[in-house]
Amino acid sequence: MSIQTAAPRMSTASSADLVRWLVRLVGRGAIHAVLIGLGLVWLVPSLGLFITSLRSPADVATSGWWTAFSQARFTLGNYVDVLAARGFNHNFVNSFIITVPSTLLPILIAALAGYAFAWLKFWGRDVLFLVVIALLVIPLQTTWVPVLRMFNDPVGYFRVGWIPFLAQLDLRLTGSFVGIWLAHTAYGLPFAIFVLRNFFIGLPKELFDSAKIDGASDFGIFWRIALPLSVPALASLVIFQFMWVWNDLMNALIFLQDATKQPLTVSIQALLSTYGSEWHLLAAGAFVTMSVPLLVFFGLQQYFVRGITAGAVKG
Amino acid sequence: MVTSKDKRTPWLYVLPALFLLTVFLILPTLQTFWLSFHSGFGFNPTKFVGLENYIRLLTHDPFFLNLNRWPPSGAVVNNVLWLVLFTAGTVSIGLAIAVLADRVRYEAVIKAVIFVPMVISATAASVIFRFVYSSDATVGVINALLTGLFPRLEPVPWLGRTNLVNYAVIGAGVWIWTGLAMTVLSAAYKSLDREVLEAAAVDGANAWQTFWQITLPMLSQPITVVAITMVINALKMLDLILVMTAGGPRNASRTIAFSMYWEVFNNTVAGYGSAIAMVLLLLVTPIIVLQIRRFRAEEGLR
Repeated sequence: MSIQTAAPRMSTASSADLVRWLVRLVGRGAIHAVLIGLGLVWLVPSLGLFITSLRSPADVATSGWWTAFSQARFTLGNYVDVLAARGFNHNFVNSFIITVPSTLLPILIAALAGYAFAWLKFWGRDVLFLVVIALLVIPLQTTWVPVLRMFNDPVGYFRVGWIPFLAQLDLRLTGSFVGIWLAHTAYGLPFAIFVLRNFFIGLPKELFDSAKIDGASDFGIFWRIALPLSVPALASLVIFQFMWVWNDLMNALIFLQDATKQPLTVSIQALLSTYGSEWHLLAAGAFVTMSVPLLVFFGLQQYFVRGITAGAVKG
Repeated sequence: MVTSKDKRTPWLYVLPALFLLTVFLILPTLQTFWLSFHSGFGFNPTKFVGLENYIRLLTHDPFFLNLNRWPPSGAVVNNVLWLVLFTAGTVSIGLAIAVLADRVRYEAVIKAVIFVPMVISATAASVIFRFVYSSDATVGVINALLTGLFPRLEPVPWLGRTNLVNYAVIGAGVWIWTGLAMTVLSAAYKSLDREVLEAAAVDGANAWQTFWQITLPMLSQPITVVAITMVINALKMLDLILVMTAGGPRNASRTIAFSMYWEVFNNTVAGYGSAIAMVLLLLVTPIIVLQIRRFRAEEGLR
């Protein structure tokens, strides 16, 4: 911007100015070249796969996607095939079943905790918050084996088999939606608590003091003042967590060892290992998984960028 | 500060969170530490072996760390490659776009194009790049370009050569994560004091000099923050590798995080995998300390 506003000031023509103008022209050309070059490098991979997803299997097998520009014939057949014949419609529903509770639960629990960390006084508060910060960066690798053992046999894991009726119940959480909801909720908490606590603490103190004088309870202040004021922060967080869970492969692979409950990411991975060169199928499958994140991104770009940017270290 | 009449109620707010954090993160981490001193097949290794897992990992596992041949190889070496190239790639390209796009009218468009890969899953990105890197010149666009320009060239199997695979996968990683670096650095760049930059221009500095001598030093803090984020991502890099190469060919693209997953869930040696998880935890510990320090410094200023 500064370059454009500075230009008209030098209106007195001289050879030095001309040289400067030329240098600037070349410089601007270079800027456009670099940006458009990088833009193409970033665009072409997904564009190529998208075009492939719309070509017939016969075309895909015999020629590259770039030839599709000269002989434009497109079909939605691959999407029909992948959704109906390969069962991606089920996985699509599974992805939603997994994602919605795994998004709402951690944010609700984190909002309560974040509010307490910001505005309530209790013993050990500051140390506990430092623990939350430490957990923010911890690799999930360090938890998978014990959590899987817990899910395989909750009664044995917590050593509560001596309680008579518990031993008879089937509490196995491996391969159940409840298990993966709980795992995603717990794994999402450190970041959500961190963001919401920092947001709540930025709210003006007077607001809380005057509500207190008016006789509002702690919970009333949380529910009627703190939460409504933090809608933008909550929205970014909801989008971030939704995307994180929707795009998650590892936790679904580890905790949902049940073919009927797997989300789209797992089904894509399975498709890749059995039909690794059937590009018409793989392309359509990949775009089925990408459809929801892309819609959310283009619909809610502002919240989206904010949420993803803040939470990039999770996992 | 709002003071509660009842001292117990604040605990009710944090109790659900603390319960889940304890059961899913804190206790499992301690248990993984304990498991790392055991061996046996399956998820419940019971035989206590002391430091044996760690010793084997660092001295007798060529897929993890092989120093016997030059150049050194294994997951640790690959992770060093990731740390350096992935961090440098995302930060430098992200910074370049942040600064250059500020001067053009299609800024919003170019930024959206670069950011989109951040939105999709690593699984989808893996499909995209297996497609781009395909050694079939009627599928992979890179080999199509190369064989088109140099007809005598054989298509290159980017993901099939042990000496190329890491660079290829790191390239896909940079493609995914550059959008994040760009967004953070662009926000920081736009908040810089314009007068300082314009004063430099008036003093006769050209754009290049202004960038290296003024813009870059002024951006050192956000650059550090982004670089730390990328270091963490590089250390945890797993799903991209699992889907793109499954650690191959011939285990040449393993990272530390991948090795942990593979030993536990493919080779079912949970004790050995736990030792790898602990190595990973040890490597992120300096970052945890740094985060806590930074947080305390910020709180002190408040």
